[in-house]
Amino acid sequence: MGTAVDKNSSEPVLSIDNLKTHFFSRKGVARAVDGVSFDLTPGEVTGIVGESGCGKSVTALSVMGLVPNPPGRVVDGRILFHGKNLLDLDITALRKIRGAGIAMIFQEPMSSLNPVYTIGNQISEMFRLHKGYDKKQALAAAVDMLERVQIPSPHKRVNEYPHQLSGGMRQRAMIAMAMSCDPEILIADEPTTALDVTVQAQILDLMHRLKDDFSTAIQLITHDLGVIAEMADQVVVMYAGQVVEQARTRELFQHTLHPYTRGLLASIPVLGHRTRGMDEDLVEIKGMIPSLHDLPAGCRFSNRCPEVMDTCKTRLPDLTDMGSGHQVRCWLHTKGGSA
Amino acid sequence: MTTPLAAVTDLKVHFPIKKGILARTVGYVYAVDGISFEIMPGETVGIVGESGCGKTTAGMAMVRLTPITSGSVHWKGTDMAAMNRSGLRALRREMQLIFQDPYSSLNPRMTVRQILSDPMDVHDRFTGRQRKARIDFLLDTVGLSPGQADLYPHEFSGGQRQRIGIARALALDPTLIIGDEPVSALDVSIQAQIINLLKRLKRDFNLSLIIISHDLAVVEYICDRIIVMYLGKIVEAADYASLYKDPKHPYTKTLMSAIPVPDPARRTRRIILKGDVPSPINPPGGCRFHTRCPDRMDICDKQEPAMQRFSDGHTAACHLYNNTDADLSHATPTHVSTPTKGDNP
Repeated sequence: MGTAVDKNSSEPVLSIDNLKTHFFSRKGVARAVDGVSFDLTPGEVTGIVGESGCGKSVTALSVMGLVPNPPGRVVDGRILFHGKNLLDLDITALRKIRGAGIAMIFQEPMSSLNPVYTIGNQISEMFRLHKGYDKKQALAAAVDMLERVQIPSPHKRVNEYPHQLSGGMRQRAMIAMAMSCDPEILIADEPTTALDVTVQAQILDLMHRLKDDFSTAIQLITHDLGVIAEMADQVVVMYAGQVVEQARTRELFQHTLHPYTRGLLASIPVLGHRTRGMDEDLVEIKGMIPSLHDLPAGCRFSNRCPEVMDTCKTRLPDLTDMGSGHQVRCWLHTKGGSA
Repeated sequence: MTTPLAAVTDLKVHFPIKKGILARTVGYVYAVDGISFEIMPGETVGIVGESGCGKTTAGMAMVRLTPITSGSVHWKGTDMAAMNRSGLRALRREMQLIFQDPYSSLNPRMTVRQILSDPMDVHDRFTGRQRKARIDFLLDTVGLSPGQADLYPHEFSGGQRQRIGIARALALDPTLIIGDEPVSALDVSIQAQIINLLKRLKRDFNLSLIIISHDLAVVEYICDRIIVMYLGKIVEAADYASLYKDPKHPYTKTLMSAIPVPDPARRTRRIILKGDVPSPINPPGGCRFHTRCPDRMDICDKQEPAMQRFSDGHTAACHLYNNTDADLSHATPTHVSTPTKGDNP
């Protein structure tokens, strides 16, 4: 991908350290995020993969301080942004960081844009709030941003309402808004899931370009391993609230260690595989994702794992470093498992 | 040659746009605008395309859930337009649907047993003693346990609900099942289970399937033949291998290159299209893809390309192939209309 930033030389801009976000309800405690740690590096895309309920979105909301409380609460851990723990900040200080330091885009651009304000109005608000521009300056800056995200005839579009734009255009407008204050971190939660493939290709291309231009650290949350392979520099695989595997992208795809990651990779239909005579049937991961209220004892994947051992059912393995930053949470690779 | 199970000929579905208090028709949404294809007994056909290409409307028109503007659908040789109510009703027993969203397509107030009984009541089949055995059989077939028959939909996960939807579609021993995005709302690991289930059912029950999907990879896995649609038209149709190995239409090529491949070693330059899909209310003249086509020529905005026939029943509508060695007989329907060697079973 030719990113100029070297992973070893640059300090992480954000460090999530043993984050625990739990939801409290009558049914009990749902440990949606249960001890998650990873870093974001400037100019790099960190892909967070997992299925529904694995905690990938709640992790992002925790960073933004947007976990609905009640029922949710960050109960433990640290989120260090330039060495400052975001969890210690009050709402005013956090607001300053949101938007200017850390911005977020969501899956459904229609429901995250305000339908009664024009696109220009919503983008220029960012400039007025965070940069103190006056109305005129802010609107000019908004037009400029729309141009950067390649919206055709930005002067006209700036006065339009969200419903007048197509899905792809709305997502561009969202990205324009998120990038308007030149944030150091962009959190993108399933940014292309609601879009058609040809439009998805455009948006991914755009995010790539913006990342290189602004050397933003992007946290890309997706269920699509294809998008991860194409975009990410490092990958964090989550399952039932925990990180099960983490590595540089190539390493992860070439030397997949965790049975869950292997299962995920084998279960996606890949264009051309059937034609080329590869696997006529897809590999299934048996069973279903466990409820967070009713997790298996021991390893959380143990009730679906094809390689389950006795230890797995009783003891939860630690995330273990296998060298060169490849971490895995599995008794197959952690000492003390088979004994 | 066997009669096709269903034959769609020059099907058009236009939805009027009404405006003002007099509800005058101010225009039309050209959702499906002249498509022809056939489906053979036991065959699986995939219809792929992006939002607004008319794939769902085409499927709904086949079961007459949406009125047809012009053209015809023949079911086992009989024109569906000529059928009366009871004829249509009998036919609907043979055609069943699976929907995308397993949450909204099951009635939350009905137990699984009631959901599965409903179609049997309507068509007066599997009555009395047979009923319980039938429901047990259906649940077992889709990988649920008969003991779960008296639970409500909310007690199941998304993948299990989709299995209930499939069991309901199977309830009356249909000949054809139309699946409208049957796996796109599911998680990856669950999606594989449902894809494998559909493939197994197709084999075990000798079903014909129409899979409507935006996902070319999913369709390649399940289907024998694939139809690619763009703005209400079929742009290309071929068997899965031929479409993958040798896509003809620039739109098919773009679609294929746009799909992210889960292999970081194969990061290739994708063909990035400009702009969005134009509105089906006011589709571009000539070839409908000309506004976004990377291989556009002068003729493309003037003249609509005819469907051209290549070997093995591969057809594509594109001016790029006007002067090739393709057999220029105007192919309608897109599948086999003249018997050739490979097509005879």
